[in-house]
Amino acid sequence: MSEMKKVYERTKGIKPGAVSGFCPGCMHSTVHKLIGEAAENVGALDKLVRVEGVGCCGLGQLYVSGDWLIAAHGRAGAVATGVKRSSPDSLVYTYQGDGDLAAIGLAETLSAANRGENITVIFVNNGIYGMTGGQMAPTTLLGMKATTAPKGRVAEEHGYPMHVCEIINQLTAPKMIVRTTVDTPQNVMKTRKYIEKAFKMQLEGKGYALIEIVTTCPTNWGLGTLESIDFMREHMLKEFPVGEFRMPE
Amino acid sequence: MAERVFMKGCEAIAEAATRAGCRFFAGYPITPQNEIPEYFARRMPEVGGTFVQGESEVASVNMLYGAALTGIRAMSSSSSCGISLYSEGVSYMAAARVPAVYVNVQRGGPGIGAIQPAQQDYNQATKASGNGGFKMIVLAPATVQECVDMVYEAFDLAARDENPVLVLTDGVMGTMMEPVVLPPMKSDEEVAALREAFAHRAVIGHKPLDQHTGEPGGIGDGWEKHNIETAEMYKTWDKDVRVEEFMMDDAEIVLAAYGISARISKVIVKQLRKEGIKAGMIRPITVSPFPYDTFANLDPSKVKGILDVEMSIPAQMRFDIDHAVCGRIPVMECLRSGGQLLTNDQVLAGARELIKEVL
Ligand SMILES: Cc1ncc(C[n+]2csc(CCOP(=O)(O)OP(=O)(O)O)c2C)c(N)n1
Ligand code: SF4
Repeated sequence: MSEMKKVYERTKGIKPGAVSGFCPGCMHSTVHKLIGEAAENVGALDKLVRVEGVGCCGLGQLYVSGDWLIAAHGRAGAVATGVKRSSPDSLVYTYQGDGDLAAIGLAETLSAANRGENITVIFVNNGIYGMTGGQMAPTTLLGMKATTAPKGRVAEEHGYPMHVCEIINQLTAPKMIVRTTVDTPQNVMKTRKYIEKAFKMQLEGKGYALIEIVTTCPTNWGLGTLESIDFMREHMLKEFPVGEFRMPE
Repeated sequence: MAERVFMKGCEAIAEAATRAGCRFFAGYPITPQNEIPEYFARRMPEVGGTFVQGESEVASVNMLYGAALTGIRAMSSSSSCGISLYSEGVSYMAAARVPAVYVNVQRGGPGIGAIQPAQQDYNQATKASGNGGFKMIVLAPATVQECVDMVYEAFDLAARDENPVLVLTDGVMGTMMEPVVLPPMKSDEEVAALREAFAHRAVIGHKPLDQHTGEPGGIGDGWEKHNIETAEMYKTWDKDVRVEEFMMDDAEIVLAAYGISARISKVIVKQLRKEGIKAGMIRPITVSPFPYDTFANLDPSKVKGILDVEMSIPAQMRFDIDHAVCGRIPVMECLRSGGQLLTNDQVLAGARELIKEVL
């Protein structure tokens, strides 16, 4: 038998044997894999510090490699500031959902970006509060049902979906602002490249990066894995189009 | 020769922290403690440290949490209504066993209250600084010198226990100038060694299979194990109880007070002694752990009455005294609050009333 060539190997950025706690079909697990691969590719797995938000991301802490700590709900921007300023050689990223980053933590999110902290912010936008069971988030689409908006989001009552990249793009200090998704192999690779770029930039001391990743939440959207991807493409990506708002030279 | 300088309380606190090896400070402006962040803003760059003005107290305390978990000596400070916003971060630090120091320069309350001094955060400081029922060592200085000494020591206590430590002072001490002897400046090597001592827990990045986490709890019975462990640690604090007993040998009348109220009370004890009244004072120096035994061991056949002197209405420390005394000795109160200061006359009048009742 001819010797087989290894074409794919699990990244060291995911702990050997570890299983994530995410629901089947949830894109959080893809994003975690990409973080692990990106950190490995830039050769900085041993510098990785994850400042974890509060939400379904908590199901990934025992899964990814790297040191980690839990920030209080929404405070990851502040906690990461403390870590990075005190340990500049660490590769510090926050991992936050839309409720965490854009509702309870909006002040910390904006201020860390405005200071141009040399950190990487991974923002997973699934348009809903996943962990607590499907309540309305700042990014919930108009008409989209949530347990706390049973008739769907209504502009007059709840306002409109919040566009985080566009808001951060008003600030001068951030160096990289992109919105991406992970629905196709191309987009998965693109997202990994973005994370790699942000990590490299941070290691070179070049400053703040926000990577918003539009994802699904099959469980709380009440859709199957494939249906939820269709829904995301048809609705979420219309409201939150992918794109490079600002890229480092 | 030790350095003796004339310094404002807040600035002395910041300098003492710097000398103790503090290299990270985050804080948000609030009177009467603005001189602490302002001093750090000037001082940290001189010693290679970091100063960050947080966008809020919530952010500042969470920056403290992140910084301290890297092993650096880190501190924050605020005042009363700002300290309320610290509860979240302090609870997280107690959960993650983070050695951090913070200072409450108390002002009047509740709510926005008054910017003038008060002692209205006693219960919050000693019983419930955040959710989850954790405990902290809380030091209560009564002079600017004690502010200096206690802040300096607070970092060692925090490092020893891997637990946050609170220095509970007030707007009088924060804004008052007094001569102080400053502690020695720790050298860069000493500061580096202190950081190294936390390396076994530092969250700064490690080899993939040597993952450090800030989280002791987690799944299953992790959190209960954590709580059992910390409860055991709290029991070791009996040895850390500190109390000043002033003229207590033959005292029949006892003034009980901490911090600024104790300074005023001491003056009154001396005055009563001149009049031939056997007065004494008990001053808790650690308000947590509280010197319960000192009060529990008072002999009711000798001590006829206790006057609880506090700048808080309603009284707060009084309930710790009651808990120890168990009704064996009458306790009366002499109180002010809301930024109104206790005066010598008022404490004297309070003492005279007690004397009339019990002697
Ligand atoms: C201070 C505080 N408030 C509320 C909660 C409860 N809580 C846990 S997760 C969560 C929502 C997270 O939603 P999101 O940030 O969108 O992340 P997802 O779970 O969707 O990934 C909330 C409200 C909490 N842990 N702490
Ligand atoms: S609840 Fe939603 S976001 Fe959370 S793990 Fe399940 S699918 Fe993913």
